[in-house]
Amino acid sequence: MSTNNNMNLTLKVWRQKNAETRGAFVTYKAEGISPDMSFLEMLDVVNESLIHKQDEPIHFDHDCREGICGMCSLYINGHPHGPKNAITTCQLHMRTFHDGETIVIEPWRAAAFPVIKDLAVDRSAFDRIQQAGGFVSVNTGGVPDANEIAIPKVIADEAFNSATCIGCGACVAACKNASAMLFVSAKVTQLGMLPQGQPERYSRVQAMVAQMDAEGFGSCTNTGACEAECPKEIKMTNISRMNNDYFSAKLFREEAMHEHAASGE
Amino acid sequence: MSEFKQTFNSSLGKKLIMALTGLFLCTFLIVHLGGNLLLFSDDDGYGFNMYANFLTHFPPIEVVAYLLYLCILVHAVYSLILTIQNRKARPVSYAAVNKSRASWSSKNMGLLGSILLLFIVIHMSDFWFSYKYSHKIGFKEYRTDLATGKTTSVDYVPASADFEKSASTENNIEIVRVKDLHARVASSFSNLLYVVFYVIAMGAVAFHLLHGFQSAFRTLGWVHRKYTPVVCFIGTWLFAVIIPLGFAAMPVVYYIQSLNK
Amino acid sequence: MSLLDAKIPAGPLAEKWSKHKFNLKLVNPANKRKYDIIVVGTGLAGASAAASLAELGYNVKAFCFQDSPRRAHSIAAQGGINAAKNYQNDGDSVYRLFYDTIKGGDYRAREGNVYRLAEVSVNIIDQCVAQGVPFAREYGGLLDNRSFGGSQVSRTFYARGQTGQQLLLGAYSALNRQIHLGKVKMYTRSEMLDVVIADGHAKGIVTRNLINGNIDTHTGHAVLLCTGGYGNVFYLSTNAAGSNVTAAWRAHKRGAFFANPCYTQIHPTCIPVTGDHQSKLTLMSESLRNDGRVWAPKTVEIAEQLRKGTIKADQVKEDDRDYFLERKYPSFGNLVPRDVASRNAKEMVDDKRGVGASGFAVFLDFADAIHRLGKDAVAAKYGNLFDMYYQITDEDPYKQPMRIYPAVHYTMGGLWVDYNLSTNIPGLYALGECNFSDHGANRLGASALMQGLADGYFVIPYTLGDYLATIGPKPVDAKHPAFEKTKQDTINLINTLLSMKGTKTVNEYHRDLGHIMWEYCGMARTEEGLTKAKGLIKALREDFWKNAIVVGANEEVNASLEKAGRVADFLELGELMVDDALMRRESCGGHFRLESQTPEGEALRDDDNFAFVAAWEYKGDNQPEVLNKEILDFEFVHLTQRSYK
Repeated sequence: MSTNNNMNLTLKVWRQKNAETRGAFVTYKAEGISPDMSFLEMLDVVNESLIHKQDEPIHFDHDCREGICGMCSLYINGHPHGPKNAITTCQLHMRTFHDGETIVIEPWRAAAFPVIKDLAVDRSAFDRIQQAGGFVSVNTGGVPDANEIAIPKVIADEAFNSATCIGCGACVAACKNASAMLFVSAKVTQLGMLPQGQPERYSRVQAMVAQMDAEGFGSCTNTGACEAECPKEIKMTNISRMNNDYFSAKLFREEAMHEHAASGE
Repeated sequence: MSEFKQTFNSSLGKKLIMALTGLFLCTFLIVHLGGNLLLFSDDDGYGFNMYANFLTHFPPIEVVAYLLYLCILVHAVYSLILTIQNRKARPVSYAAVNKSRASWSSKNMGLLGSILLLFIVIHMSDFWFSYKYSHKIGFKEYRTDLATGKTTSVDYVPASADFEKSASTENNIEIVRVKDLHARVASSFSNLLYVVFYVIAMGAVAFHLLHGFQSAFRTLGWVHRKYTPVVCFIGTWLFAVIIPLGFAAMPVVYYIQSLNK
Repeated sequence: MSLLDAKIPAGPLAEKWSKHKFNLKLVNPANKRKYDIIVVGTGLAGASAAASLAELGYNVKAFCFQDSPRRAHSIAAQGGINAAKNYQNDGDSVYRLFYDTIKGGDYRAREGNVYRLAEVSVNIIDQCVAQGVPFAREYGGLLDNRSFGGSQVSRTFYARGQTGQQLLLGAYSALNRQIHLGKVKMYTRSEMLDVVIADGHAKGIVTRNLINGNIDTHTGHAVLLCTGGYGNVFYLSTNAAGSNVTAAWRAHKRGAFFANPCYTQIHPTCIPVTGDHQSKLTLMSESLRNDGRVWAPKTVEIAEQLRKGTIKADQVKEDDRDYFLERKYPSFGNLVPRDVASRNAKEMVDDKRGVGASGFAVFLDFADAIHRLGKDAVAAKYGNLFDMYYQITDEDPYKQPMRIYPAVHYTMGGLWVDYNLSTNIPGLYALGECNFSDHGANRLGASALMQGLADGYFVIPYTLGDYLATIGPKPVDAKHPAFEKTKQDTINLINTLLSMKGTKTVNEYHRDLGHIMWEYCGMARTEEGLTKAKGLIKALREDFWKNAIVVGANEEVNASLEKAGRVADFLELGELMVDDALMRRESCGGHFRLESQTPEGEALRDDDNFAFVAAWEYKGDNQPEVLNKEILDFEFVHLTQRSYK
């Protein structure tokens, strides 16, 4: 629509064939970019022109394109998910940039998130942390009526705030230590606050933190960069809550970490 | 035991140690500043020297002092370990400078801490080490007329090399002979470079604690809708403003005084 | 043509499922670990099925093309999930949910399936709450409900505007637990490209590892397709960019019948298209219609001024506004079902009364709600949606009405399954949006999540056991020639695609296909238009195989190759959808044939001739597909003309 406002941009994009090869920045021109495009649509346009030249398109992860699946990433001009707050890259629109601007696009950088290709990284470490304990051990069927558990609204709302995490990894990308504390603590807190999560509260936190450490994430310096960049505005309070649970579990509680895994079947 | 080992080897365990040692060091600062305020009393160093003598000779304080030194070491060593681990967590750095909103001090705790460590080494070798383990520091004799309360002082040269302190009363005059750390302080603080270094170090204290104090509470998991603002207030005004200002005032005031002499 | 048996148990509606469960064979607990089950897709249906089957003791292999099972597009569902809990004491019941769903589906769904869906809906909520899903609550601590999508009772459970996310994360957590326990082996970034049929039974799948291009075969005693819908055949839809029909379509080409492909749901409240660059359409929750009023200008002149931007919406006088839904449907007003709301918006646009620069939009106005409730109350209810709208359009919906236009959202059609969720190929099952079973010709709001979870948690764990007990726990023969043959077919297809070095990108073909589908097989369909579309799609498909460009190699991450395979399948599916729409000379639900409407312009069914499920049978490349019919018997409800007046 705003054809007359179309922009010409210079992109400096990280290209890397696969995990084994070294990568480098390659410069591309993105021309005739409408301010109404999303950032990913802008990359689509660049990719279409690359394919027309029989060149390999820039690879990036994306799926839902409405800010909820957590698949898109991209470290844009020094910000995970670009310069705007509380959105993912797919929700970032080109009107945020100005004509002639140079945009530097990098993958998430963390030892625990190795590059798969170009801008896509492997975030399966997050899955493994969740597998270590991010659940309530109930089998299908045989559960009580939903309204048998009354949960104070304030608790339900707080747990919900933690539950909104989309697992994108922006917190790791933003953290100067590549720490995953915000991600891990969001799940630990969600389940730790709710009555359903109580039976495994202290085994869960131990298991998830142990897995987090095993994946090679850094530790938390409470800088707050994670909170500032989280597209879902998850609060650092979660980290403190998790620490509290963790220290209680490790220093004062009877539960060991392995009890968690032994449940089920 | 292995479970404790595992706990303190975890990333959270290491942060717990950082937080606890850090907070202990914070409490020390209050005591240290309180004592050092004696530098401002116009008694030719009597109070200060007595205080210094008390600190180095009262056994319980000595125990706490060694705990303190241990904390400094542990805090520094763990920060180094954590820093190395954190660097390893991001082997390839970003080309674009990270612009995420985060306070400058929180991102530079390592730099600030390194300045502080350097400062502590110099500070302790100049005063604490010289005081305790060398004979570089002279003695002073204070004579207080108990009737009038007036005190006069003169330099004192002890007969024995093992002399530490003496106090006696003769003819209603109290005579106290004690190591004159105060003179050492005054002479150090007449050196402009030294004063500038101290002021910079106190700036580092301010920024280190601006983040560190409240961060320690966060790490310990002590966050609360009602109390966290209080912690932040104390961290900012007491630890990042009043205490560093108080410490920085000493070299500055002594330097100005030295100019007038 | 044959008549299909849906295996609906006989007897009273309310007893069918209980009786059927009793009659199903059970697998001995000690034998369960001898069975391998393949689950493709990890959305609500897939994750819940994989977790539940693993809990029972089966070995599950789960596959998804995304980097994590948590990314499946179920996550994007906003509004809520229905359940006949009657917590609100407002007259809801299993029977009412059943009835509403049958009626909402315009009497093109099976009574038995829909009743079962309503019956197990209550268990779903219990299950999710037990997992820690943070549903909205009242101050008293109990669960909150809202009325949704034209329902007369409040039976929708919700979690802000992210119900799908919270339910999926619940199912994902159950899945994670089983992965941790070693009962589920998870394959991420793996795309299923074919199903292996050995001696008439589904015994495995062929996948491509999306990182290194490895083509692998996997064996299983049964294969469950939980691969979602095919709305992306329209190019622009509210589906995720990666959503595709490939798994279902390749199964179809191996013999599974594809049912009612033309039933597509067009959601009325989406953010309009801004230009050719657009890659997806963003849905805004239907709940907006609870307080927003839909209108278009009364005259073409005013509409033109709005399109040019010479006047703004708030400058249009009350008398010059046509609140067309309220005018035409006084009792339901803005809350008419999705198909009705969508079609009416299209009528406005066809009438040249559309707004926005493109003219393809109508207004959804909150001025009255803001006036009545205050801005804060409106923000509390819809704040995140308003922010989202602002983010995308750069317009402030608190000041100017939103512009909305319908977009493809859900596909009611899918692989044909019987009451056991089995396709006509033994051992091949389809769950969730991938099957056709429960929504008839139109799905009610907040019912997709319900169906996906019902299938995965509460239906397949029972019905699959019956099949497994029948075939016995003998290991699957991985040496059966069908595995090698199917794998080779897949490799051949990939090589063909990679050899294509034409002039037009795969994405451009997809966009062209989308235009054809939207124009002729979208909200209103005609004999003439559909016939034309059939020719256009055929020509496009032929051109695709001649002129498309696919770059890169197989042995690497290659999005271009992935997309090419998916678009190739869409190009075939598109034609089948058109065939189905042509065959069905009636209007029903989401399928609106202009030739078949009531004097008031409503969808006019032809129950005498079309009360059947159309299950299409693949007969080979470029051969016309054969229609098989499953006659729909309505024993318990009386078929009526839907009316929302």
